[in-house]
Amino acid sequence: MAEAVMNYDEAISKFDPVLGLEVHVELGTHTKMFCGCSTVFGAAPNTHVCPVCLGLPGALPALNKIGVESAIRIGLALNCEIAQWCRFARKNYFYPDMPKNFQTSQYDEPIAFEGYLDVDIDTDEGRKTFRVPIERAHMEEDTGKNSHVGGATGRIHGADYSLVDYNRAGIPLIEIVTKPITGTGKYAPEVAKAYVAALRDILRGLGVSDVKMEQGSLRCDVNLSLRETPESKLGTRSETKNVNSLRSVERAVRYEVTRHAARLTAGDSIVQETRHWHEDTGISTSGRPKSDAEDYRYFPEPDLLPIAPSREWVEELRAALPENPAVRRARLVADWGLSEIDMNTVVNSGALNLIVEAVSAGVEPAAARKWWTGELSRIANDRGLEIDDVPVTPADLKRLEELISSGALNDKLARQALEGLVSGEGDIDAIVKARGLAVVSDDGPLLAAIDKALAADPAVAETIKSGKLAAAGSVVGAVMKATRGQADAARVRELLFEKLGVSE
Amino acid sequence: MSGISQEDVAHLANLARINIPTKELGHYASQLDAILNAVAVVSSLDTSNVAAMSHPVPMTNVFREDIPGVSLTAEQALSGAPAVEDERFRVPRILDEE
Repeated sequence: MAEAVMNYDEAISKFDPVLGLEVHVELGTHTKMFCGCSTVFGAAPNTHVCPVCLGLPGALPALNKIGVESAIRIGLALNCEIAQWCRFARKNYFYPDMPKNFQTSQYDEPIAFEGYLDVDIDTDEGRKTFRVPIERAHMEEDTGKNSHVGGATGRIHGADYSLVDYNRAGIPLIEIVTKPITGTGKYAPEVAKAYVAALRDILRGLGVSDVKMEQGSLRCDVNLSLRETPESKLGTRSETKNVNSLRSVERAVRYEVTRHAARLTAGDSIVQETRHWHEDTGISTSGRPKSDAEDYRYFPEPDLLPIAPSREWVEELRAALPENPAVRRARLVADWGLSEIDMNTVVNSGALNLIVEAVSAGVEPAAARKWWTGELSRIANDRGLEIDDVPVTPADLKRLEELISSGALNDKLARQALEGLVSGEGDIDAIVKARGLAVVSDDGPLLAAIDKALAADPAVAETIKSGKLAAAGSVVGAVMKATRGQADAARVRELLFEKLGVSE
Repeated sequence: MSGISQEDVAHLANLARINIPTKELGHYASQLDAILNAVAVVSSLDTSNVAAMSHPVPMTNVFREDIPGVSLTAEQALSGAPAVEDERFRVPRILDEE
């Protein structure tokens, strides 16, 4: 099954890649696009269905206002124009997952068009912005779910028959289509991935979808073609479906570049076809060729009236858009004085919003970041919690920081206090009291502990006296251990040097 | 004027899953041709200032609130199905053997 491929660098030295990405996002509305059936995932088969989404004769669709509103908001967030007037269209085809024998979609009148999304990627010359041109975002509906019975693989090929659950049929989808993306050169895979990631962040920020690629609420098709030079006309493209993770987006582009290059170099033509991505093997295989089965005989949907969003409505939605995630990120990097790498750590920890909240409650950005990406991430991980579900409020962190800066707690004790908080032992002050968390500030016990530590390791005192101050670390460590972390390390160090007559 | 060919009829019949015997293609081609020619009279008029009409009702933005309504039970939904298995519609093999 696997086809010949060419080394990626060689392929890129010979050809100029052109990308196109189609992303389907399932909206998080309560009801389907054209009927009041629930969209909740995981219900018993065929229980979220009605005459409309089953395509029973005489049933009439009724358009979900939030579906339209979400489409407009997505269009605006992608810098699109919003149609003054547009219609739905019937896309006619026969397939058991669509019981009406047509999908209600939009054809030549998408609700949003002519936008762009800027994405940043790391290049050999540093971080660079690529502008991804967006052709359109249109409204449509999802299909039912087929499961195939018989045959060896549970796949459609070789199946004896199929079973269909229409719970998903009619769930609102927005399809977002880019124009051909040119000028990426060897960075095509990275740009594709960065685009889908940025799109996902925007959709999540808008709150229009849960954008889970692994559950199929965000699905990506990758179109790719090669041409000899950026001046040549566009080559024949392949369309790879089932690319269901960010990593796969990158890999699928890279694979198709190497496959196209091998074919073209061998003098073979590229077949315009749909291909299927295999996550496990990292290759794509041929699906169906694009043929006259693609003749969908679109015509305006007679059962749904045109949509003419008033400019007031559009402007109202525009004014209420959240800050673009990339812009917000750049702003926070500047405000907090972070490096891009630090910011990546923050974003990957999933705690960005939690840190923002803590900072607005008055916690220093560095401290908020340290707790959320460090100890609290660890606690969440240990306890199998989502980071959002860790029960620590901005006020808790603020109080913790106050206790640290007043010297009442040190880092180690603060971590214990957080453990107590997550375990539901009360608020910070109650935990500090109940657990007896307090920095030992009385010099007496510290000096005693220092004496003990020096007695246990007689050579160390001489080493420190000889000027190797770093050796003090082991003594401080021993004292911290002896006091179960409740000593102020800086004070221990001071006392130790005083005792040995050494100055820092 | 429109010129519907037998090939056009065969193509449309295939897309619409209608089984039309080859010997009847000419019959339908001439009938469809006659219909299109009759409608084509409209094109003798100047319609440059008339918007194409898809909906006879002069209304836009008819929306439904996003509030769940009543769905069918699986039993009701499946009651008209020719074949049922595991609370799902059972349909014949989708792809032909290759």
